Amino acid sequence: MPDATFEQDAALFAPIERTGRAFYWTVGALLLLILWGAIAYWVQFDEGLGVTGLHQPVSWGFYVTNFVFFIGISHAGTLISAILRLSKAEWRRPITRMAEVITVMVLFIGAAQILVDLGRPDRMLNIIRYGRYQSPLLWDATSISAYLTASTLYLYLPLIPDVAILRDRPGKRRLLYTVLALGWRGTERQQEVLNRAIAIMAVLVIPIAVSVHTVVSFVFSMTIQPMWHSTIFGPYFVAGAIFSGIAAIIVAMAIIRRVYHLQDYLKPIHFRYLGHLLLVMTLLWFYLTFTEYLTGFYGNEPEEMKVFWSKFTGPFWPFFWGMVLFNLVVPLACLVRLGHHAVGRTVTASVSVVIGMWLERFNIVVPTLSNPRLPFPEGQYWPTWIEGAETAGSFALFILFYVLFVKLFPIISIWEIREGRETGLKEVEERLLSYLPGRSAPAPPGVGGREGHERAPIRL
Amino acid sequence: MARWGMVIDLDRCTGCQACVMACKAENNVPAVGAREASRGRTISWMQVLTEETEERLRFLPRPCLQCDDPPCTKVCPVYATYRNPEGIIAQIYARCIGCRFCMAACPYNAKYFNWYRYQKEAPGQNPDVSVRTKGVVEKCTFCHHRLQKARERAGVEKRELGPGEYVTACAEACPARAIVFGDLSDPRSEVARLARSPRAFRLLEELGTKPKVVYLAERESDGRA
Repeated sequence: MPDATFEQDAALFAPIERTGRAFYWTVGALLLLILWGAIAYWVQFDEGLGVTGLHQPVSWGFYVTNFVFFIGISHAGTLISAILRLSKAEWRRPITRMAEVITVMVLFIGAAQILVDLGRPDRMLNIIRYGRYQSPLLWDATSISAYLTASTLYLYLPLIPDVAILRDRPGKRRLLYTVLALGWRGTERQQEVLNRAIAIMAVLVIPIAVSVHTVVSFVFSMTIQPMWHSTIFGPYFVAGAIFSGIAAIIVAMAIIRRVYHLQDYLKPIHFRYLGHLLLVMTLLWFYLTFTEYLTGFYGNEPEEMKVFWSKFTGPFWPFFWGMVLFNLVVPLACLVRLGHHAVGRTVTASVSVVIGMWLERFNIVVPTLSNPRLPFPEGQYWPTWIEGAETAGSFALFILFYVLFVKLFPIISIWEIREGRETGLKEVEERLLSYLPGRSAPAPPGVGGREGHERAPIRL
Repeated sequence: MARWGMVIDLDRCTGCQACVMACKAENNVPAVGAREASRGRTISWMQVLTEETEERLRFLPRPCLQCDDPPCTKVCPVYATYRNPEGIIAQIYARCIGCRFCMAACPYNAKYFNWYRYQKEAPGQNPDVSVRTKGVVEKCTFCHHRLQKARERAGVEKRELGPGEYVTACAEACPARAIVFGDLSDPRSEVARLARSPRAFRLLEELGTKPKVVYLAERESDGRA
């Protein structure tokens, strides 16, 4: 390959080739947080879950909240990337990879929350040995492992040509790249197979992603507890997951853009487009929340209302109204007019949504458990340092995974950017012309040589 | 097959907690200590719930209600809690992974968790009841070990299990005889007769859990007559 293209995308190789002092400081700080979390977990493992703030009747707290939250965040990546690929949105090119990495990394962290929550983690394999398929927890285990497999594959496939580029450059870690490149030489035949595989995976991950958060919601909605037993929980959780996931992508984009000086690749237009998507999800989230609470309010069942008022005016009011502020007011204020400062405003909205969605998950898990039906001696749930350390450690572990990925692999798909330059422009022009009247239908894709890398069956 | 059930007469209950203490002694239910109790970690398979209204204090002794359609067993991922053929909801401590899904699902809060290793080796434990480790859920089993014992005794003596041979510790201990235990499927048994009383109701009956613990409502007379 000519050297000119390397120079053109030199910024994309920079994070891999140059390791500055900031990198070590970041990794060091993250390791400290992870160590803190690990110590907390060791104390809990050794002494029992009693070291947390959990009790009767609030037997689920931070860990289950984190579980739902992280699994929600994981939604954005693969799902958004798949939808953008299938709909041939050309602006996706610099975004897809960093979105997919979020999914894979955060899924590990999310699934781990359940293990942290178990009273007997040593018996974890009982879920396989004595698994009882009628339990929603088994559905979770199935869906999440399917999603983890599919999204790892979906991250890896478009990574192969980039790994091959790294293999062919002078540099470190040749063995790793040689193995991972799977003998990629960039022949037309290889490209064709890869495009086909990516298209198949893109279609496959969408239903899996939807199933994941649906069954996470089923953990709650399959019980008969007030404000859990709701028919809209499936779509409500999926919408919330995509909502928080898009916010996470935007935050990741902003940080990567700043730290690795990729302003030329991640432009305000990318933030604006994702910002519009976030605005749509804000409204969808509000619509579903409003429907859910209004139905409960008009139903006026005493048990439901106990939980309802505990959120509106009772002990959980800071969480509930905080959620409304962070999930609705701030994003609306930031996103409605995205003319100027598109980056700053979408990022502000996104940070707000990430916080708001964590509060939303907490608002679902804890208030219901805090309001038992029978006159039970109540106790307010208040987490101890153990839950705090575990949560901080989990976030740090996720960021560390992400930082290491960026160190080892290009966080922006190099070959897809090149493809955009080389064939994308022409292809888009042709496609646009084919939309317009007065022109015969275009030749079916795949006939007549190599065209755009997509062979996806769905088109805009 | 027998359908073991219980009738609790709220008119007779004085809230003396004898059933609670008898249960703890019988089933090796650990005392968690004052500090843990104040944090809401008390384990009490039989618990006397109290409700204070303006006129009076009401007591509601609540064991596991042994639902015929239990919400807790539906959600267990590992068959650690299940409804056995005689309708008693069992809990296998050696299999439970401690996910506490059953606790979140039980509308009666009848399941308890071992937040620490509460049970210590101590003299005076009942050898018929297995001990619980930390990190597992435990619950009232209608003193199931007593049924096994009574049945073995009857088997050795080559006869059927007679009425009154199997009684739970709480029913045995109640000084006011508010708790009656027996076979609901035997129409002549006292428990079946009381369960047909017009005062009979089941806790949160509207949830469709079909509990086998039946309560007798207090009469209008405020308990004085």
